[in-house]
Amino acid sequence: MRPRAVAGILLRQAYLIRGSPVRVLPMFAWVAIDIILWGFITRYLNSVSGSGINFVSTLLGAVLLWDLFTRIMQGITTAFLEDVWSRNFLNLFATPLSIAEYVTGLVLTSLAASTLGMIAMLVLAVPFFGLSFFSIGALLVPFLLVLFCFGIALGIFASALVLRLGPASEWLVWPMPALLSPFACVFYPLTVLPPAMRAVAFLIPPAYVFEGMRAVIAGRAFSPTGLAVGALLAVVYLVLAAYCFSCVQRYAVRSGLLARYSAESVA
Amino acid sequence: MTDSGAAERPFVLSVQELSKCYAQVRAVTQVSFRIRRREILGLLGPNGAGKTTIINTILGVLAPSSGTIRIVDLDVERQRARALARTNFAAVYAALPGNLTVRQNLRFFGLIYDVHALTARVDALLGQFALQALADTKCGLLSSGEQTRVALAKALLNDPDLLLLDEPTASLDPSAAQLIRRHIRDLARQRDCGILWTSHNMYEVEEVCDRVLFLSHGRVLLEGDPRRLPHEHAARNLEELFIRFAREPLTLAEDARAEEAHA
Repeated sequence: MRPRAVAGILLRQAYLIRGSPVRVLPMFAWVAIDIILWGFITRYLNSVSGSGINFVSTLLGAVLLWDLFTRIMQGITTAFLEDVWSRNFLNLFATPLSIAEYVTGLVLTSLAASTLGMIAMLVLAVPFFGLSFFSIGALLVPFLLVLFCFGIALGIFASALVLRLGPASEWLVWPMPALLSPFACVFYPLTVLPPAMRAVAFLIPPAYVFEGMRAVIAGRAFSPTGLAVGALLAVVYLVLAAYCFSCVQRYAVRSGLLARYSAESVA
Repeated sequence: MTDSGAAERPFVLSVQELSKCYAQVRAVTQVSFRIRRREILGLLGPNGAGKTTIINTILGVLAPSSGTIRIVDLDVERQRARALARTNFAAVYAALPGNLTVRQNLRFFGLIYDVHALTARVDALLGQFALQALADTKCGLLSSGEQTRVALAKALLNDPDLLLLDEPTASLDPSAAQLIRRHIRDLARQRDCGILWTSHNMYEVEEVCDRVLFLSHGRVLLEGDPRRLPHEHAARNLEELFIRFAREPLTLAEDARAEEAHA
């Protein structure tokens, strides 16, 4: 892998972000609105429930982590879509750039943008709503890693989908996190789900993260096996997504899709 | 335009029996040709003849159904990255991202092509194509002629051995087109590179190209010196030959084969 080629992909995204307030604003605005909204909801729930559950830690912490996961996934997809929107595939893929270099550039762009978004969320959630995010302790690191890993996997898969089905399929990509959220058990325990939905949830890595996080915050026994299964699933999905992107790219080169990629609909 | 040492110069591009078939269509059939250093080869043919398909296969963005493509001594299929590092292209249908400035685009592609001393290289190309005043303008705001100059500057970033130019002067006024043609001819001589040029302007082809290939329905029908071919085929000029050839490709192909057999 050539580091300068990866730096080129990163630089391109940095130029786009630097030169466009409409790209900068969503990095902070939506997460800030989410934190403010859920901050007040959890504060209100704390005042009326009397259950002893700290909703700020459980719900606001979960919102923060889910937003982070969504940002990572959409960060990759958006960086990829920049090349779709500017019809840049021919210029890009007629260079010595490898698929690994290109995808690594997209992932690093997304990680950088998501980290900025996470800092913005923490700046709001910690001082204003008293979120003690670090009460989770060292377990925060594996929780974050699983979410990063699965977010990257989903972002790469979504990009492969757009490459295969054409630019209009971006509308399938944006709701992906929302489609997963009921199964990821962001706001409620796994046991709430009916058996059929629970079976699906067992295949979703974030479900293990949020289940583990709730257990730690509530002072219950935490299942390291559950987290290990979640981590393993996230790695498997990441490998499958990379393989899927590579297969779609090969198909696009073979079929002429890459060379003609500007058609609104692709068979 | 030919010179005495031309036959000894090494090849920068060797296309051997290249074919590309889609489900129902044979876009290119058994096309073979080579380009030497300092040679400009014109790829001519009516719309849909297979010119862009050939260029896309050379650039590695379209896989051939059969055949081989070698850039210098590198196989495009097996040594893609190394082969493409020695190639570049400009095409009227592949504008650079309009949301980056001229300088940003050149820096971005310069990194991808791993160009060393990039800042100096970008400055030199901005000067070469009279783009200094537009360096910080977004490419989407440039006129089509200015965009062509930026595309050519990008195409020279990595000092390529093989340059593919798909209708490079299509959107230029006659004066700008003449300057670009002169520039590219000088490039072929000074930088020792080979150039594959497509154009629908036959006067331009006569002026620039050392040799031309006529394509129709994905096959090479004629090959030769653009200044001699019209005479050899009883046409007044290359444009007349092109028009005749585009309308009656099969008749011409048969004539050419008959001439070959006779010779």
